Amino acid sequence: MEGQQKTGGMLKRIAGPVVTAVGLDAHMYDVVKVGTEELMGEVIKVDGEAIIIQVYEDTTGLRPGEPVSNTGLSLAVDLGPGLLTSIYDGIQRPLEVLVEKMGSFIERGVSAPGIPRDKKWEFKPLAKAGDEVVPGSIIGEVQETNIVHRIMVPPNVKGGKLKSIEGGSYTVEETIATLEDGTELRMMQRWPVRVPRPVREKKNPTIPLITGQRILDGLFPIAKGGTAAIPGPFGSGKTVTQQQLAKWSDAEIVVYIGCGERGNEMTEVLTEFPELQDPKSGKPLMERTILIANTSNMPVAAREASVYTGITIAEYFRDMGYDVSLMADSTSRWAEAMREISSRLEEMPGEEGYPAYLAARLAEFYERSGLVTTLNGDSGSVSVIGAVSPPGGDFSEPVTQNTLRIVKVFWALDAKLSQRRHFPSINWLNSYSLYLDSLADWYDREVSPEWNILRSWAMEVLQKEAELQEIVQLVGSDALPEAEQITIEVARLIREVFLQQNAYDPVDTFCSMTKQYDMMKAIRGYADLAYAAQVAGVPPTQIITIKAKNDLPQIKFTKDYEPMLDGIMKAMEAEFTQLRSSA
Amino acid sequence: MKEYRTISKIAGPLIFVQKTEPIGYGELVNITLSDGSTKRGQVLDTSDELVVVQVFESTAGLGRDSGVRFTGEAIKMPVGKEMLGRILSGGGKPIDGGPEIVPEKRIDITGAAINPFARGMPADFIQTGISTIDGTNTLVRGQKLPIFSAAGLPHNNVALQIARQAKVPGSVEEFAVVFAGMGITKEEANAFMQDFERTGALERAVVFLNLADDPAVERIITPRLALTTAEYLAFELGMHVLVILTDMTNYCEALRQIGAAREEVPGRRGYPGYMYTDLASIYERAGMIKGRKGSVTQIPILTMPGDDITHPIPDLTGYITEGQIVVSRELHRKGIYPPINVLPSLSRLMNLGIGSGKTREDHKKVSDQLYAAYAEGNDLRGLVAIVGKDALSERDRTFLEFADLFEGRFVRQGIDEDRAIGEGTLDLGWDLLATLPIEQLSRIDRELIEKYHPKFRAK
Repeated sequence: MEGQQKTGGMLKRIAGPVVTAVGLDAHMYDVVKVGTEELMGEVIKVDGEAIIIQVYEDTTGLRPGEPVSNTGLSLAVDLGPGLLTSIYDGIQRPLEVLVEKMGSFIERGVSAPGIPRDKKWEFKPLAKAGDEVVPGSIIGEVQETNIVHRIMVPPNVKGGKLKSIEGGSYTVEETIATLEDGTELRMMQRWPVRVPRPVREKKNPTIPLITGQRILDGLFPIAKGGTAAIPGPFGSGKTVTQQQLAKWSDAEIVVYIGCGERGNEMTEVLTEFPELQDPKSGKPLMERTILIANTSNMPVAAREASVYTGITIAEYFRDMGYDVSLMADSTSRWAEAMREISSRLEEMPGEEGYPAYLAARLAEFYERSGLVTTLNGDSGSVSVIGAVSPPGGDFSEPVTQNTLRIVKVFWALDAKLSQRRHFPSINWLNSYSLYLDSLADWYDREVSPEWNILRSWAMEVLQKEAELQEIVQLVGSDALPEAEQITIEVARLIREVFLQQNAYDPVDTFCSMTKQYDMMKAIRGYADLAYAAQVAGVPPTQIITIKAKNDLPQIKFTKDYEPMLDGIMKAMEAEFTQLRSSA
Repeated sequence: MKEYRTISKIAGPLIFVQKTEPIGYGELVNITLSDGSTKRGQVLDTSDELVVVQVFESTAGLGRDSGVRFTGEAIKMPVGKEMLGRILSGGGKPIDGGPEIVPEKRIDITGAAINPFARGMPADFIQTGISTIDGTNTLVRGQKLPIFSAAGLPHNNVALQIARQAKVPGSVEEFAVVFAGMGITKEEANAFMQDFERTGALERAVVFLNLADDPAVERIITPRLALTTAEYLAFELGMHVLVILTDMTNYCEALRQIGAAREEVPGRRGYPGYMYTDLASIYERAGMIKGRKGSVTQIPILTMPGDDITHPIPDLTGYITEGQIVVSRELHRKGIYPPINVLPSLSRLMNLGIGSGKTREDHKKVSDQLYAAYAEGNDLRGLVAIVGKDALSERDRTFLEFADLFEGRFVRQGIDEDRAIGEGTLDLGWDLLATLPIEQLSRIDRELIEKYHPKFRAK
């Protein structure tokens, strides 16, 4: 870490990831180097002479008396070309570089810059000498992957007239432009992770983040710049849902934080993403992705930091005018890291041992999302989707409850559904989206004026089915009135054809909004024919067993589904006509 | 090495030592009693005035006159190829009457985290010969798949059957079993040992035994010794290692005991707040590494207190491991072995290890369909209890019968019955699915039905 070395101190006590130093001149959240191996740590408490430090690496072997020095800087990340396609640990050390430096296992005391310092990038100026620039102004660009990396005046530089600016091949630390007051501008900027990057204004979101997942886009959409939570017990499909979002959501940049999760799952992401193609650009998905992997057995303090590292990188791309989506899997692990550190500080615990500031930290984090007008007047967004892992699947626990108070979309995962292999196992009765009204216009315009009506109809059928199921549980389905037997069948179609989606099927894994509309319309088509036939006196057993609808699930797995769907609907109409004529 | 006689306090498994030179966090400590015997411990908290040491053996006989030596290094495990076939105590000392182990290497037992970037992707299907695992909750090399059980259920038999039958079809690579017993009874230990000897598995096994009457704190290091050995066999000698850890519930109890002795702020049900991190440091030591030959596959066994899957031990475990195999009391009562309830069971890595080229192209969809049909049949049982079988529709009756068939034929199998995946497990699945009307098989595409469904196969 560059910066001026301040006065040195000495270690006094070591107990796990939290250590105490004395004789150190330090402020809260200063980054310090601990011990002779210079392990990275951060000041989290000042208590008289004693400075309490959380250490981002394993502390085994540290002894009282070893030196501690203060860098005088806050925990910050490197921002600039080289971020995309990277895989970082919680404190922005590239894992690939760490493998080169220390082999397959993570040892300690190794530092590595977040973005390569020696790599040259082709800088293309978009401003010229004499132009007036302000913080956030885009002065040039670099073709980083298939994504253009826009080079901005850092938010903490005052701005002014450009004295010189020149295109060419530069490393991220070389000067690319100078202001009249002599300030030199480089492609790289650093930003402290615990401080939100400034924006001009926050706006209300009006465009959905299209994810290709039917239950999300169709029933419970999230807006670009919105927030969503996915709570669920283990095994209910949180990680698969998060990964589907990372793969298919129509954001331009994706930041995926694996916070305290499984190593093998991160490997799966690392192996799969480079092979997957962006449905829009046809380029590997990895080119728009930044991964942060801090697995459950990596140091707990770095887990606490990983969420901030991720959101800061997301904000940086937002400032360029991109739509960014950030997935955090799982925020419960993050909260537990806070709890662990807090209990080692012997702080008075709040609910279930979590620190009293849990709610505040969660709120601060989610509040860094949003659709904004950036400092330079562009529009950009950060959507945040946080997984929550409630102990025992109990949604009344503090992390879930405090999260629900903030987020606007709730996708409730349900172990019962996953047990019967209904995937994605999102419960359609408990979930909600508060963006429905603000997004209705978009659906009217971009999908069909009928869509919002179809959506409400489907929700009604599902709600009705839940009520009817209670009766069926008591008296059996044959005792229901005829019309309601049909409702049960229509609801079954909505569940099995529309809601169930196979993430592992090459076609079904992504479903466009048009296809979603066509599918729902087909189900509605069946429902209309069925109710009409029932009124005309056709017995419900015949209506329920018509053959043509059995082919509907095949639509999901078919790429050019339109002729097939037409065929099914025609066959269905023919069958109904026949039923009615013989009734 | 300086010996201190400055113990100021002894509380449960902890001793507090005063006025020492600077002592490293996590160091190994040797303690000498007045009768000359020695005990081992580890530094939990160090400052210039006071050092807290957790003693791995009983603190009986320890007093303020005991001598304490700090070794200046972390706890290390001597490892070598000749460990195969040996039985060691929970602290790593031979207890089979054989000679001391001549180490080829001494390795820190904490085990560094594998860099996620260096991990190899688990992809090799392990055939256990048990249909409910192979067919619907497939185990893959490098996975950690625990068995969630409860008191009085035959989880040990299931674990042994897996250890006996596990193989990667068509592969001839070297394999080994590392077994760590924590707080298990002598009787259970004997059962394991006899089975290992009967099948000749002991030659390829390293056994660590911390019995129920051994010191509880020793259980903290037993799994770490076992995993250090496993990693050595896997990543340095290139073997495929299956690690069985039983019973993790006893391990967690020991963790709680130490937390209480340190007067820490307890988390849920008195377990320490860092139990997730601590368990992760054990379970995450499974996997493969790019460019190295071997693999570590873990099958931890835990007994759920009060059969409660939301208890902190199974709960935190489930959030770390890649799925779980749930042993059910209800199936056991019905006399079905292995009593594995597939509904709450899950293998997260299943999709990496199955499909054409690995098992068979229809595997995933057959599994999904079996699940869906069994779940539906199982739900109907509740309904039948209220309204009677006659009130069910024709369709519902076939599903109800399917659930019984599934338990009776797919779940149930012999303790030595080793079913091959294709002809054994998947075809059996198809036979059962054939009892349902074809149009109810909505999870399977037409092509596969035409290829594998018995109705078409016969033609």
